[in-house]
Amino acid sequence: MSTLSPAAPRNTPAGPTALDTGTRRRGLGRFGGKSRMDPTRNSTAAGIAAWLLALLFAAPVLWMILTSFHSETDAATNPPSIAANLNLDAYQEFFGASSGVSPWPPLINSAMASVLSTVLVLLLSIPAAYALSIRPVKKWTDVMFFFLSTKMMPVVAAILPLYLFAKSVGALDNIWFLILMYTSMNLPIAVWMMRSFLAEVPVEMLEAAQIDGANLLLTLRKIIAPVAMPGIAATALICFIFSWNELLLARVLTGVVAGTAPVFLTGFVSSQGLFLAKVCAAAVVISLPVLFAGFAAQDKLVQGLSLGAVK
Amino acid sequence: MTTATARVSRTGHSATKPSKNARSRERALAWARRAPLLPALVFLIVVTQLPFVVTLIISFLNWNSLRPDQTGFAGFENYIQVLTNADLRQAIFTTIVLTVSVVLASLLIGLGLALLLDKKFIGRGLARTLLIAPFLVVPVAAALVWKHALLNPTYGLINGILTWIWSLFGSSNPPQPDLLSQAPLTAVVLSLVWQWTPFMMLILLAGLQSRPMDTVEAAQMDGASPWDIFRHLTLPHLRQYLELGGLLGAIYIVQNFDAVFTLTSGGLGTANLPYAIYQTFYFANEYGLASAAGVVVVIGTIIVATFALRTVFSLFKKEAAR
Repeated sequence: MSTLSPAAPRNTPAGPTALDTGTRRRGLGRFGGKSRMDPTRNSTAAGIAAWLLALLFAAPVLWMILTSFHSETDAATNPPSIAANLNLDAYQEFFGASSGVSPWPPLINSAMASVLSTVLVLLLSIPAAYALSIRPVKKWTDVMFFFLSTKMMPVVAAILPLYLFAKSVGALDNIWFLILMYTSMNLPIAVWMMRSFLAEVPVEMLEAAQIDGANLLLTLRKIIAPVAMPGIAATALICFIFSWNELLLARVLTGVVAGTAPVFLTGFVSSQGLFLAKVCAAAVVISLPVLFAGFAAQDKLVQGLSLGAVK
Repeated sequence: MTTATARVSRTGHSATKPSKNARSRERALAWARRAPLLPALVFLIVVTQLPFVVTLIISFLNWNSLRPDQTGFAGFENYIQVLTNADLRQAIFTTIVLTVSVVLASLLIGLGLALLLDKKFIGRGLARTLLIAPFLVVPVAAALVWKHALLNPTYGLINGILTWIWSLFGSSNPPQPDLLSQAPLTAVVLSLVWQWTPFMMLILLAGLQSRPMDTVEAAQMDGASPWDIFRHLTLPHLRQYLELGGLLGAIYIVQNFDAVFTLTSGGLGTANLPYAIYQTFYFANEYGLASAAGVVVVIGTIIVATFALRTVFSLFKKEAAR
């Protein structure tokens, strides 16, 4: 009954996820029980309330986007100038039109740190998840909780030794050190997620393959991969987002050379005079990768953030 | 390494009462099972546990990098200071208030939104996408936008809208609150609730949609009111999703640094422990003190986590028993 325990629902892994609200009505309804009472039939009142709240929650984001296309004078008015002329000045400023400071190095650093740490996380977490689900080691639950408990230790509790270590070996302001840190930051989450996905691989099929003498490669390709692929994608997405967003480690461990986009953003608001449109443009540009990735895979996002517990 | 595991696995389950030869094979088998796990485990221990041990050691030292000659053993001095220092005590208090209020508020609002989104209405997919948007803005960027574009007392959107509404009624004297300096902690809480509500909503929505609908329909046939259904069917079903959301939210929000750093720079009683520790070692160079504070955070987290973990564990055992 409970779907929260990672492996409980054994429905088709490639099928629509629970969040596909529009197309999949829950369980029974799917098979054409049209005479059933649908307690969630069209509800105008709920719709209006939901839309109002949705607009309220999205307002800061929409305002951020709108302001980024305004001129600095139009951006800082009271009451707000909603219908002011739109232009790209703020974006040109962000990309260094007059200051000559390019945001590309920090953006590239962020991309490197996020992508490479994600690759490392996958390389480490997939075999680990295999050893925790398909061929589980003894006491695998203890191992799982060890992984989770490292996530509960706040970064600040370990950051000083890491900083001192980096300083003593000359790894401060080095993107590779940051990549290792992000790998350790995301590894526990990734192990939990990947385990929950691999636990869905049907045991009977694995056994059948074994009896038929299928080798590991074939088993991996034909039985495990189809189930694990969506999971790998979800895991990668989450790890990418967390690394891209991270500020504390990047701020302490990097500087001029290896600084990431969030670090660049915090140093961006020293500014003289009006800078509101520029700040908004910067916020939009830096959030774009996450916004795209997140919107493209909304359902994966939930799975990822709940460590694979919520399907 | 996976190849090794599989090769062993194909030999099937090991024999019953083992001879000497079989026992050594069994041991090899166990190690083959562990092999894929080891890289991740070793890496994590080296990168997270080892530094914490060092933190533990430093926490008993009197160590300020600006006065390296005075470095020495300090006993519990640093811990006494953490618990008596007004700033750090305040930081502990702020952390608790911040975490509890953000988690509770975003869970409640998230529950409301999830219940609304569970109904059918026009444009539901788009409404959901809009609701997720706050969670997908990079936290630093979101904090900057809140600070400058929304909460700024002279040209922020919130005061701008107040001006506009008041002018509709012919008033030229609208209220212009300055949340960032009058109630900075509220400002931080507000921006974090805004960012975390979508997360709670998504988890709870997934919970709602896994509800066994036949029972709900049966209850409806029997004439149960919507409130009865919510109270006796939906809420019990959602309980574990609420707990999961609370646990995960707490893990992330206890460690929040971005919002405090950006919105208020820890001023006016908004410095939480992560920020205070960052200040203590990064600017004050009090390595010993910062480490002791870090250890205190970990102890606090362990206390909370054992309660929280019990919840997760109960979910987990169901599966382990499978």
